[in-house]
Amino acid sequence: MREFTDRALDVARAKGASYADIRIVRRETQNIEVKDGIVQDLTLAETYGFGVRVVANGAWGFASSNRLEKPEIDRVAGLAVAIAKASAISKREDVDLGPSEVHVDTYRTPLKIDPFEVSLEDKIDYLLRADKEARSVNGVRVADGALGFQRDTKTFASTEGSYIEQTLVESGAGIVVMAVSEGEMQQRSYPNSFGRHQGTGGYEFVQKWDLPGHARRVAEEAVALLSAPQCPSGVKTIILDGPQLGLQIHESCGHPIELDRVFGTEAAFAGTSFLTPEKFGNFRYGSDLVNIVSDALTPGGLGTYGYDDEGVPAQRTDIVKKGQFVGYLTSRETAQQLRKTHPDAPERSNGTMRADGWNRTPIIRMNNVSLLPGEWTFDDLIADTDDGIYMITNKSWSIDDKRLNFQFGTELAYEIKRGKLGRMLKNATYTGMTPQFWAGCDAICNKDHWHVWGTPNCGKGQPGQVAHTGHGAAPTRFRNVQVGVMKG
Amino acid sequence: MLGQSRLAEIAQRVLREAKADQIEVMITGNDSHLTRFATNTIHQNVSETDATVRVRSVIDQKTGVASGNDLSDAGLKTIVKRAETVARFQQKNPEFRSLPGPKPAGKIDAYVDATARFAPLERAEGVERILAASRKNGLEAAGAFSTEEQEIQIANSLGVSAYHRGTVAALLTVIMGADSSGWAAAASRNVADIDPARVGKTAIGKALASRNPTTVEPGEYTVILEEAAVADMLFFLGYMGMGALSVQEGRSFMCGKLGERVTGDQITIWDDGLDPRGLPLPFDFEGVPKQKVILIDKGIARNVVYDSSTAAKEPGKTSTGHSLPAPNTAGPLPINLFMAPGKATQEEMLASTERGIWVTRFHYTNIVHPVKTILTGMTRDGTFLIENGKISRPLKNLRFTQSILEAFANVEMLSSTLTLLKDDWNAIGTCAPAAKIRNFRFTGGTE
Repeated sequence: MREFTDRALDVARAKGASYADIRIVRRETQNIEVKDGIVQDLTLAETYGFGVRVVANGAWGFASSNRLEKPEIDRVAGLAVAIAKASAISKREDVDLGPSEVHVDTYRTPLKIDPFEVSLEDKIDYLLRADKEARSVNGVRVADGALGFQRDTKTFASTEGSYIEQTLVESGAGIVVMAVSEGEMQQRSYPNSFGRHQGTGGYEFVQKWDLPGHARRVAEEAVALLSAPQCPSGVKTIILDGPQLGLQIHESCGHPIELDRVFGTEAAFAGTSFLTPEKFGNFRYGSDLVNIVSDALTPGGLGTYGYDDEGVPAQRTDIVKKGQFVGYLTSRETAQQLRKTHPDAPERSNGTMRADGWNRTPIIRMNNVSLLPGEWTFDDLIADTDDGIYMITNKSWSIDDKRLNFQFGTELAYEIKRGKLGRMLKNATYTGMTPQFWAGCDAICNKDHWHVWGTPNCGKGQPGQVAHTGHGAAPTRFRNVQVGVMKG
Repeated sequence: MLGQSRLAEIAQRVLREAKADQIEVMITGNDSHLTRFATNTIHQNVSETDATVRVRSVIDQKTGVASGNDLSDAGLKTIVKRAETVARFQQKNPEFRSLPGPKPAGKIDAYVDATARFAPLERAEGVERILAASRKNGLEAAGAFSTEEQEIQIANSLGVSAYHRGTVAALLTVIMGADSSGWAAAASRNVADIDPARVGKTAIGKALASRNPTTVEPGEYTVILEEAAVADMLFFLGYMGMGALSVQEGRSFMCGKLGERVTGDQITIWDDGLDPRGLPLPFDFEGVPKQKVILIDKGIARNVVYDSSTAAKEPGKTSTGHSLPAPNTAGPLPINLFMAPGKATQEEMLASTERGIWVTRFHYTNIVHPVKTILTGMTRDGTFLIENGKISRPLKNLRFTQSILEAFANVEMLSSTLTLLKDDWNAIGTCAPAAKIRNFRFTGGTE
């Protein structure tokens, strides 16, 4: 690849770039879906190309192409510089990337079983077994199981001298079971909703989550939900399970700490952030129990990598410490911007720039943003709860453009009365404002109940990019939450 | 882009290479450019060239799909071989009948040279008009100005061969003050239709008008929804339950309701891939010509859209040309939605409202209950209280939780014009009027 990367960087410099980097990415994916006993989808996809990012005349430009050929490299590198020069007509100040990042290295996702070496027959058989278990339950209307695998082979090179090669592998599995009755539809997903749970790693991930072993249970729950009572409304104590809490963390913490968003770069699409810079180090985000970290090194996390897409090493950063807001997700450029008002802020990026493929420019994305475990066992937490609702697996989500007012719905809920799980409830929803919600966090389960949940569908950017993020979470209790917003 | 003859040639090479019982090839190509701005500067400015071949192989009712963007001879052979290898490992799908046969598709000229040739500097200059106006007013502008050309070729071993190319230009901006914001957007096949100064002026007007917002208590209000908010609800309604698979699986609001009233008699909704007012596509992703489908007619549920797979499950049904790239377990969907306009102007709607809320657009809308068509989301970028027929004061944003069909049943007035709204992620356009709706339910608010 060196002949291509060197050529692109040389052309960019010759055309006037003060900085340039190139990413060459091959993305291979394999998706298998079994729905109602039929293998509905069995797809192998591959996309390969390169993107050149430059600073010229103090402004950014990016161009990409699927043709890794020398004339095309020349054209694309030249186009990136022309685009940057066009951008410069509106600049207020030159892009400042701060200190150089020079790394020559390789990284491969640790894995035991290469998922691309596992036979298609074994994968199909696995899903068919899960499907059979689910549809053995009377009342099931649809059973839909899926496996997904992705391998990104990336080369990054920059005019500062970095040359990094990475191979990132992800494996995912999930099943959703639907039951319907007149005017009502209920579903249950395992291990997580919206397609599948996913992490970095090999086929051992699929084996661990054992869809066939859980399919019958979730199918029974889906059917039971049809006749379950509506979740009552009111201000209540709630306990969120790991998957739901993972999404809560994603929406109400992960997004507002993206420093590019804080500085307004996402205002036209995803919005801004209530965690404005004067709150940095100076704002109570949640109760003293709340400790949140961003960690691209978390083993098996969906947001785990070796280097980000501007060549900064993966690392761990405190975001919320004992309830106090202390950290952002940064890039090289935003780290310098923050230091203008906070000279003590870290000079270097904490490595969260990620691009969705060769044809997208990197932007700040979550990696693994996690709530650290507490001290409780799950059984003790339930026993300690006099009157509450235990909510399980996300079904619906929405949050405002500053990441304050949110509303979530879960697939399943159970009443908690006098320290015991009671009747099943359906259509549970809850709403709140982020800091008030997290202030009500008064108990977190321990590491035995903690897992990194994968969110493989995070959308941001224009043109749109999808990021795969991880969120470590254990069941957690929150007090004084408004439950129930649905009419009828 | 590669052009029709090159794509046809690639398609023929793939078909000749294939050994499957049936084979389908879809080739998509794009040259896409986007100039993004925020805090009154251009901060991201990107360009992409790509072409992808997707092959669906059918061997003895077993289907395999492979795709790639290496269009060399070796690359194409690899894709075909992978699709056939995967098909052989597959299990028989007893529901699979056949790939569609050829039918002539309508032609529509959706390509404008000016959009395809629009240069980076021209985009930047268009953006700078907005930025300059924003700076002059002490505000901060963010947004995106994109121009793209796309082409698609579908061919299969039964004789389908369909090609279409189109261009799309889109500009949107959010302009912000210290405690206010305004939004405006425009989309067209022809970049010359987009007037950045006018888009900027509309957003600036809202940003200035929405300074010092106050609160109102959540509850039910009469609302005037601008076209973007109506389009958002319309899109979700289509997604929730206007595709045949959602009916066949029992999860659609249309289940058991075809021929019955499901919403107000002012509401007529249809899908038409050939209507030039939208972002037309004359055939679907199996190469089947798109039919105009009346989905709801004066409040009565009439039809849903089909692809070849869902049509095969119902005797007498044929594909209406609404397949997404197959196989697609989400089923067919309407992606060229229109809602019939009414007779009112927005000024008339406003003047007729004693007390209500004006909504520019929604943010982060999501489904709460698909069968009851309950949606939630926030207002954004221009929310105002209406009193005695006039805008009285700006409001902090509100959360709504509302059944779409109930809202449409409560429509009092619809605007006489339709506006094209382009999806954020794809070249999908929805044409919607503005609407005055009573008893619209707000369930919360934000700071």
